[in-house]
Amino acid sequence: MRGLKVIKPGPLSLLQDAGRYGWRHLGVSTSGPMDRQAAAWANHLLENPYGSAVVEIALGGVELEAQVDTWLALTGAPLGATVDGQAVPAWSRFCMKTGQRLQLGFAQAGQRAYLGVVGGFVAKTILGSVATHRREGLGGLGGDGQALRVDDVLGCSPGLNAFDKALGAASRFIPDYRESPTLRLVMGGDGEAFAKEQRERFFSSPWQVSPQADRMGIRLQGDASLEPPVRQWSLGVLAGAVQVPPEGQPIVLMADCQTMGGYPVLGFVHPVDLCRLAQCPAYHEVRFAPIELEEAQSDLKRFYRFFKNHEMNLCAD
Amino acid sequence: MIRIEPYGAEALLLTLAQTPSPDLPGRIARLADLVQQALGDAVIDLVPGWNTLLIHYDLLRYDLADIQARVTPIVEVWRQEPEAVQSPSRRHEVPVWYCGSDLESVAAACSLTVDAVIALHCGRDYLVGAIGFAPGFAYMGELDEQIVLPRLASPRPRVEAGSVAIAERMTAIYPQASPAGWHILGLSAWPLFDPQAEPPCPLAVGDRVRFVAVDEATYRAAGGQV
Repeated sequence: MRGLKVIKPGPLSLLQDAGRYGWRHLGVSTSGPMDRQAAAWANHLLENPYGSAVVEIALGGVELEAQVDTWLALTGAPLGATVDGQAVPAWSRFCMKTGQRLQLGFAQAGQRAYLGVVGGFVAKTILGSVATHRREGLGGLGGDGQALRVDDVLGCSPGLNAFDKALGAASRFIPDYRESPTLRLVMGGDGEAFAKEQRERFFSSPWQVSPQADRMGIRLQGDASLEPPVRQWSLGVLAGAVQVPPEGQPIVLMADCQTMGGYPVLGFVHPVDLCRLAQCPAYHEVRFAPIELEEAQSDLKRFYRFFKNHEMNLCAD
Repeated sequence: MIRIEPYGAEALLLTLAQTPSPDLPGRIARLADLVQQALGDAVIDLVPGWNTLLIHYDLLRYDLADIQARVTPIVEVWRQEPEAVQSPSRRHEVPVWYCGSDLESVAAACSLTVDAVIALHCGRDYLVGAIGFAPGFAYMGELDEQIVLPRLASPRPRVEAGSVAIAERMTAIYPQASPAGWHILGLSAWPLFDPQAEPPCPLAVGDRVRFVAVDEATYRAAGGQV
């Protein structure tokens, strides 16, 4: 299949759809985009169904050559994108014609950009999904969990007639990744088993993203070390769970996280705020604030409805 | 005492007993079937743990109040069921080359010789209580209490695929190279997960596993590559 030929793959560019669901009972991670919001915006701008396959580009450094005429959209970390030298605005859709080259620089803020195409990129599904999980060796263009490599072709259908004009997300929807985010946390798991002053310390202390951060989990570091309770039996965990190992520095589980874990869980980062954490580089400061479950659920329902129902009126030219 | 509680914005955790018992994994598998039948595709994933069942649900179909109202009566029916008929459990013999980097530290921490640790580890059948953490990663128990140790204070960034490990009262094999918070006793070349196979994972909750000590040559002949 023709599509976009990879001239430079960048340090870590991964094919991702909504994720690999229905296999967590066998220990298969859902995977999927680290920043679901930015990935959803790339599809939204192209009027693709939620969860159509996009490329998650960590840090940038990618160059692609079009073998078809189509529309693309780029969201997430701003990368200074150009098509044959012409600047492409961030968080917008743009067209590309056969032979043209898309060049992406390196992220000035944020960690990950998302490239979508009309109809989504096409690859063979493994256990129902093309989401790339490198450690598990599942998904991606070859089905074996590999990141994009030189000379790979990101398959896609021609789609030049899909639109007649460029479109970008309204500026109020574009996060400023330089800010230090406050991540909302729903208490739960072993949260009640943590001493009250431990919970207060967690919320009142600033935390830094540790350099030990990847798609599986983001370790935090801070002066305030926590004293977790003991949990004896492993149980299901999910992205957003804040685990506290005995050394006392929390780990926030991310898209490629394991399906079960044994470390005590203090609570759960709001799924929308997890997108913001995914864009924080090492040593970036984050804080936590409690949120009630009902509020988190109604918020998250709004998020899903917005992207699954295509409320395009919220975009701007 | 059964607890039903939210577990983040899109999951419900059922804690079905204070501590696991030998028949509980099979019973939890039965409960998972009941929940699946009753809720259909509003269930995204069902993850049995040793004494828990985690229900990942579709928030656009049910919010917390809805899911609790639907799951609570199912749990009540399950609780009153006579001892559930369980699918026949299989027994697997899994060869292990005991060469792990933690053998000596485990022996020292337990005041045992390395040979005694190995003999205790492969001296009994283990029950698969849960599968998770990684594709095909089966949590098995229970260990002889002489070799029960807490997890590492801080997980290692990486252990090799096939690493046979222990922590608390459990043992397991890491199917892929991954970060690990357990103590590594050895390596096994036994296949644990193949996405093309049906089912992708040869072990199932409720199966029994016996480890058999083998030498390096046997491990390599079976395809071991580390």
